[in-house]
Amino acid sequence: MSTQSTIYLDYASTTPVDPRVASKMMKFLTPDGEFGNPASRSHRFGWKADEAVEEARSHVANLVNCDPREIVWTSGATEADNLAVKGVARFYKSKGNHIITSKIEHKAVLDPCRQLEREGFEVTYLEPSEGGVINPEDVKAAMKDSTILISLMHINNELGSLNDLTKIGNIAREAGAFFHVDAAQSTGKVDIDLSKLPVDLMSFSAHKTYGPKGIGALFVRRKPRVRIEALIHGGGHERGMRSGTLATHQIVGMGEAFRIAKEEMKQDNDKIKAFHEKFLREAMKIEHAYLNGDLENKVPNILNISFNFVEGESLIMGLKDIAVSSGSACTSASLEPSYVLRALGRKDELAHSSIRFSFGRFTKEEDIDKTLSILHNVVERLRELSPLWEMHLDGIDLDTVQWSSH
Amino acid sequence: MAYSRKVVDKFENTLNNPKAFNVGRFDPSEENIGTGMVGAPACGDVMKLQIKCEPQGNTHVIKDVKFKTYGCGSAIASSSELVEMLIGKTLEEAKDIKNKEIVDALELPPIKIHCSVLAEDSIKQAIEDYESKQ
Repeated sequence: MSTQSTIYLDYASTTPVDPRVASKMMKFLTPDGEFGNPASRSHRFGWKADEAVEEARSHVANLVNCDPREIVWTSGATEADNLAVKGVARFYKSKGNHIITSKIEHKAVLDPCRQLEREGFEVTYLEPSEGGVINPEDVKAAMKDSTILISLMHINNELGSLNDLTKIGNIAREAGAFFHVDAAQSTGKVDIDLSKLPVDLMSFSAHKTYGPKGIGALFVRRKPRVRIEALIHGGGHERGMRSGTLATHQIVGMGEAFRIAKEEMKQDNDKIKAFHEKFLREAMKIEHAYLNGDLENKVPNILNISFNFVEGESLIMGLKDIAVSSGSACTSASLEPSYVLRALGRKDELAHSSIRFSFGRFTKEEDIDKTLSILHNVVERLRELSPLWEMHLDGIDLDTVQWSSH
Repeated sequence: MAYSRKVVDKFENTLNNPKAFNVGRFDPSEENIGTGMVGAPACGDVMKLQIKCEPQGNTHVIKDVKFKTYGCGSAIASSSELVEMLIGKTLEEAKDIKNKEIVDALELPPIKIHCSVLAEDSIKQAIEDYESKQ
């Protein structure tokens, strides 16, 4: 199977590296390039590498409008989330032990929260709206005197739903708690202005924005100052918050990717908005297709749709020349359907039937057209195979059927 | 995906040519039809299997089979595989079919064994339904 003929609509999972980024990265690896250790202070090799790292740091800071000194390099958004959540909780544990997050966070936040519970912290997991948005009033209601941290994502990776960072951040500020935001899905998709947003820590990933895998960053605000306990010790790099030799080529790649994102965000988004509109309009012509997410409150690059009476994994197998992902249990190792879709309070069937389409910089109009045409065809064929569809056509209400569970 | 070529082929052939692969329905109220339906939509798979039988000597023989399956690719492939095994068998022979035979025929990965169990349960239920009518 050639991957060349396969249409890639899974940009929310990862993006290809922009060729401009890859060619810049190449200059920081080989003997004729700038391969030095940025921490080497005694020779030109180190100085040049350090210069490149600091330039990249400025590009990242520039995209989100913060001070470059507020950017800490990490191995990715997962490490940034771990550093923020565990780092703040452990540093400020004498001030309180309560953390607020939500049921639809990425595992990179949920698993550290579980770990903190084992260490004696108390965690509140907020319920999202049916569209996957956190209501700021719910955050307010969950606040306690002991609350030290709120950690919520900006854009949900499965649904594309957007949280209101200003409202939630202001609630945190008033109560004197820190606000961490996982923004792995945000860069290059929506404007982020950290000079105005009441956010204390923000996680970023390079590989969702046409940079390489294995590099990310954590924004740690200087004014008002946020302190964190490091997870990795060994040399005191990154102001002691993250030790380890800096991966110059990876960092340069992230910097270049974010520089391009700032320059081309509008152009990318105009194209993707048009794809979203067309895709949604045409896909929803399929009977019993349901949008998962909040149409009024979402980014256009992610579109999550359930096709009732069809199981998601079989739909993915049917869409064999199209790369998409599903909330279906059968695509996960645990055989549980997506916890994000289940948390929306809809029927499990719809989670089993869900497909996430995500578009990006290299998506072409013909990819959208071809996918829509195959999608219509495959859903129809699978329904012909589906006993549930047959019962539905016979007028049987599936909720009244006594199913044999297994 | 850790699927064998056999699962993929079976799934695709069934999807692309449902009639040739016995997708369809019989009238469940007919006396010579036995219907079994197992699974649940909330669990992600439902199999419906129908057998059409004829008395032969002191037993009954499965003459034709129809099925419909909602589920992952291997659930659909497992039902399709089972259907092929059933035609021409006596009820006694059909009762003896074990899920392991489907696992082996399709080289199902361990995480998909439950699809074959579901297939085995559906034939048991269909035979029970048929026998209750005789």
